[in-house]
Amino acid sequence: MVMQLTVFLENSPGRLAGLTRALGNAGVNMRALMVADTAEFGVVRIICDRPEVARGALEGAGFSVSVTTVIAVEVPDRPGGLADVLEVIGSVDANVEYAYCFVEPGGNSAIDIFRVDDARTVTDALRAAGIRVLGEDEVYASGS
Amino acid sequence: MFQPEVESMVRAELDSLQLERLNALLERAYANVPTYREKFDSAGTRPHVDDLAGLAGLPFTVKDDLRAAYPYGMFAVPLHDIVRVHSSSGTTGQITVVGYTEGDISRWADMMARTIACAGGTADDVVQIAYGYGLFTGGLGVHYGAERLGATAIPISGGNTKRQVQVMKDFGTTILACTPSYAVLIGETAMEMGIDPHDLPLRAGVFGAEPWSDNMRTQIEEMLGITAIDIYGLSEVLGPGVASECLEKHGLHVNEDHFIIEIVDPETLLPVPDGEQGEVVFTTLTKEGIPVIRYRTRDISRIIPGECQCGRTFRRMERVTGRTDDMLIIRGVNVFPSQIEQVLAGIPGVAPHYQVVLSKRGSMDHVEVHVEVGPEVAFDEIKTLERLRNRVASEIASTLAVSLDVKLVEPKSIQRSEGKAKRVVDLRNEGSE
Repeated sequence: MVMQLTVFLENSPGRLAGLTRALGNAGVNMRALMVADTAEFGVVRIICDRPEVARGALEGAGFSVSVTTVIAVEVPDRPGGLADVLEVIGSVDANVEYAYCFVEPGGNSAIDIFRVDDARTVTDALRAAGIRVLGEDEVYASGS
Repeated sequence: MFQPEVESMVRAELDSLQLERLNALLERAYANVPTYREKFDSAGTRPHVDDLAGLAGLPFTVKDDLRAAYPYGMFAVPLHDIVRVHSSSGTTGQITVVGYTEGDISRWADMMARTIACAGGTADDVVQIAYGYGLFTGGLGVHYGAERLGATAIPISGGNTKRQVQVMKDFGTTILACTPSYAVLIGETAMEMGIDPHDLPLRAGVFGAEPWSDNMRTQIEEMLGITAIDIYGLSEVLGPGVASECLEKHGLHVNEDHFIIEIVDPETLLPVPDGEQGEVVFTTLTKEGIPVIRYRTRDISRIIPGECQCGRTFRRMERVTGRTDDMLIIRGVNVFPSQIEQVLAGIPGVAPHYQVVLSKRGSMDHVEVHVEVGPEVAFDEIKTLERLRNRVASEIASTLAVSLDVKLVEPKSIQRSEGKAKRVVDLRNEGSE
């Protein structure tokens, strides 16, 4: 299981820039950033190399941060790759709250991040189906 | 009770005391204050009443009378006899000045001592006075009461919240006196400093100077581990100490040996029956420096009929729910900011910090309630936030009978107050969005 930071942001100019600058100043390297927005506010989800450092830096800069555990899965970069993974998740009746992916530079696979309601069951099912569930070190480390 | 012989006086005796003091006041005010002489003369009224009901026939005093008399025009004694002045906080316009004789200061100390005793305070208590000291009546008013009670006063004044927490811990504060919104900030700050208020000797709070709700009381009591009572006062009438809840927490006993309270319909200005809401009007029976006759406070309350379990015979006013001048009229519905607070305080996941923002959208007034998401909310999922926002909006709609736009804002983004919280932000005259 992997730690993801979620930051609650009001929609106002410069807020996202301020967030990323705070991380940059703390020497945090982001692996993935995903913004989910509604009309008035957004939540920004971040996977980075040092989640605890990042959390401290953001809270110090006045942001509201929550830490969520998510599942990171290596998905083959071919048609139907993601569908295979989702079918396994569906087979154990788990709901996907949200998902996003990022591609490893130079690799043949993508990393997909899933937030599910029953992470333990889903992880076991994925492993049983021969799908590689990634550990923290593999996700946080820079792919280059 | 600090003065049981007065506070539990038989009603008939209290009535005759009031009548005697009222006629003395009318005579004194008419003789010494030109404003009153002009009011009575132009209304064709004599400065005398045959019974207490006669008060309803006398002219009112309003804030503008005090403003017009700025600074000393309504003092009823020469400045030689005034030992102190205070002024209103100026929240609603030009400040007004009030003066106190030595006797006024002493009676005020008695009334504030009664108030602290209402919270269970005794000479053994250590009272941290985090109301502002200075022209504002809060700090010095509570201070003299704490000393009169024989308690130990810590005159820390408002501000420097971390130091408030440190002093509270180190000095062994047992009673905190400040505005309710500042009590919340002190509690939050203590938690941030790693000090759990439940571990401290603090046991009671006397909070006032702004409207607050029962839900907010519960939150403060849980956060600080105390009994919190509401106290009421205004500088034009006295300062803190005009009325106070007792430990029954069901209405505020008005110090009726020194004041007459009336509740009037703010439109017709006619007295309403006990139990009905209206504008609170006070007459000061014993004030020498600046007596007021039928002063319209703009505060909305009602008399709670019946006797209180605590044994005090002074009548109770309900906690002030709002002011006629903060009342917002939204699509024809009267809304008080304190009603919004009452709703928010009952919803887990939102902080008791909010602002009502008024703006113009085209020619229409637009009202948006900004609500802070509580730090404990797991806001990772949008649906959690949307559910929270929808719940706030629907509870506001059902309580206020008008629907308002609700905007969730970042935790701690609404400015904290060390005194009176600013709940309404009016941007209607600052161009359109």
